[in-house]
Amino acid sequence: MAGEKLLLLGDEAIAQGALDAGLSGMYAYPGTPSTEIMEYIQSAPFAIDKKIHRTWSANEKTSMEAALGMSYAGKRALVAMKHVGLNVAADAFVNSSITGVNGGLVVVAADDPSMHSSQNEQDSRFYGKFSLLPILEPSNQQEAYDMTYLGFELSERYKLPVLLRITTRLAHSRAGVQRREVKNENEVSLPKNPTQFVLLPGIARKQYKDLLNKQNDLKAEAEHSPFNKYFDGQDKSKGIIACGLAYNYLIENFEDGKVPYPVLKACQYPLPKNMIHKMFSECKEVLVLEDGAPMIEELLKGYLEKENVKGRLSGALPRDGELNPNLVAVALGLKDEHGLPIPEIMKNRPPAMCQGCGHIDAYNALNEALIDYGTGRVFSDIGCYTLGALPPYNAINSCVDMGASITMAKGAADAGLIPAVAVIGDSTFTHSGITGLLDAVNDKSPITIIISDNFTTGMTGGQHSPALGKIEDICAGVGVEKEHLRIFTPLKKNHDEMVKIMKEELAYNGVSVIIPRRQCIQTMKNKELAEELKALGLK
Amino acid sequence: MKTDIVLAGVGGQGILSIAATIGTAALMNGLHMKQSEVHGMSQRGGDVQSHMRVSSKEIASDLIPKGAAHLILSVEPLESLRYLPWLHKDGWLVTSSTPYVNITNYPEIEDILKEIKKIKNHIIIDAETIAEQVGTKRASNMVMLGAASPFIDIPFEAFENGIRKIFGRKGDDVVDINLAALRAGREFSGRNR
Repeated sequence: MAGEKLLLLGDEAIAQGALDAGLSGMYAYPGTPSTEIMEYIQSAPFAIDKKIHRTWSANEKTSMEAALGMSYAGKRALVAMKHVGLNVAADAFVNSSITGVNGGLVVVAADDPSMHSSQNEQDSRFYGKFSLLPILEPSNQQEAYDMTYLGFELSERYKLPVLLRITTRLAHSRAGVQRREVKNENEVSLPKNPTQFVLLPGIARKQYKDLLNKQNDLKAEAEHSPFNKYFDGQDKSKGIIACGLAYNYLIENFEDGKVPYPVLKACQYPLPKNMIHKMFSECKEVLVLEDGAPMIEELLKGYLEKENVKGRLSGALPRDGELNPNLVAVALGLKDEHGLPIPEIMKNRPPAMCQGCGHIDAYNALNEALIDYGTGRVFSDIGCYTLGALPPYNAINSCVDMGASITMAKGAADAGLIPAVAVIGDSTFTHSGITGLLDAVNDKSPITIIISDNFTTGMTGGQHSPALGKIEDICAGVGVEKEHLRIFTPLKKNHDEMVKIMKEELAYNGVSVIIPRRQCIQTMKNKELAEELKALGLK
Repeated sequence: MKTDIVLAGVGGQGILSIAATIGTAALMNGLHMKQSEVHGMSQRGGDVQSHMRVSSKEIASDLIPKGAAHLILSVEPLESLRYLPWLHKDGWLVTSSTPYVNITNYPEIEDILKEIKKIKNHIIIDAETIAEQVGTKRASNMVMLGAASPFIDIPFEAFENGIRKIFGRKGDDVVDINLAALRAGREFSGRNR
């Protein structure tokens, strides 16, 4: 209820903000650091009671499209994904700026600067700018809640999707959040303009002009947004533009948060131009603090590289990695305090596959089966099994993007690296592996695909896998030959049998699919999953 | 008041249960708090940490600046050393003495303890044994919290109430064991600081 104070992760604050804003459906595929948004909605009694859509989608593209469909039908929808997930959803996302929306649509992209759990640290604000859409970037949990809540209003006012950009630190940090009034869901209603969503060139050209025409209003909106604030300061030797979370690191460096310089807290894009003009007119130089790529710094610096703009490009801050209070202190010319150094005896403790994990048994068998062929031919994918790249396994040679194992193995085999092997998980296979398998089958590529099936989306914490109980049928349907579709239980005692099967399939001059199948040990206590596996005859 | 705490351990050791108890105690006392956690890949046996900030004033950063932590509370000895750059020169390091060995090049425990003893304010506690004595090894995290509690500016009763709130659903026995663990840790610190 309104006024109630909850202790929430940034992710959970977004979920609660959406629920209170009259959400009708959430669509997502798990991905750190965005996963907890959907998990919160899945377990929220209010969402269960209201039958709000809250099951996992096969991938980010299908989630984005389903949410757009819900918006078409007049209801409010939320989509959430990790930053690289937005690459997968990009086709739908970019075009949704041309169609616009009917019911409110908020798209959450959770970026991961410093790559805590990702393969790159791309900044999703570029997607928002590229698509000419408003972007909201919360600096704290309360703003994460408020921006989601008000983001739906903004979306319905401009009939555009709104991009909400967060980073890992906020997604996974907890603080108190105050709730607002709960709104009712929208009723089903068709778009007023019946061709709004028909992007035939003639219509798209008109829609695109509409989008361009909205830009001035969006800029004006930013000047009056509660999320953009200009704070005057006595010392005009510099001004500071702090975007999103970076604002906190600035404040942290001053006693009682009193910054002597003029500060623009910039959390809604396009940025408030008048405020920026004001800062440049009264300050000698401008320091831009961004927890991500130097997007605003580059914009202000311009092609002519104005020298009075400082930030990640000027060297005032590191070009890569997450910001923190100490880095910002250095950029401000303050003393960089440190405790004691880390003793020399310190050792790294990288994550590892769990003891008793089925992936381990599969890799031990694969390594032995490949001895005669030599190393360097195993293409892998995104999941717990990516940890097979580390010692003692050293079992895989690639991890690029969701589904790339099968297609890269195919390309390598096309080049003459035969046999080539792909290792992919069950959930990643249905996310983006099926189309690659079709390519391989159509070309009769000499590749061996290992779909290491543990009945879950494991790395993100054991979410429901859209592949559950469907893998053999999918493979057969795509055209994998029955005699080259092999299934076994990856256990130490089955080692010799696994090696034998793998050797047979590696020798086959065509597409083989091997499915080592054993439940993820992290999900053993999941009662719902246990029942589902029983019903499917998998347990 | 203001207490900045780095909670340290290995993924799977449950440092978030300690964080939850401190957080609940802080909120019940009307304090502000921010608590940054590690989710995702590192939870699979990697090093994990949580920055826990409690204050009577509003808190800006989710991360504790280096050299500013009043307390490092580690449930594993090697991990207690990883965050020394965050520890204030007058801060306390409270660590469990039980190594969690899941890497092949884990240093000799004597060498680790030698490094810990170089820190001006430290407490090394065999939390597992103490927890076993009060009922179950599984309460060792509450022994750790008890041992660290003198260095957190929150009344001790608030931690007790926090435990009652968090473990209440699991029944009186679980609450009592965790309360006993908390008190045993507190007593150990009292004797050994």
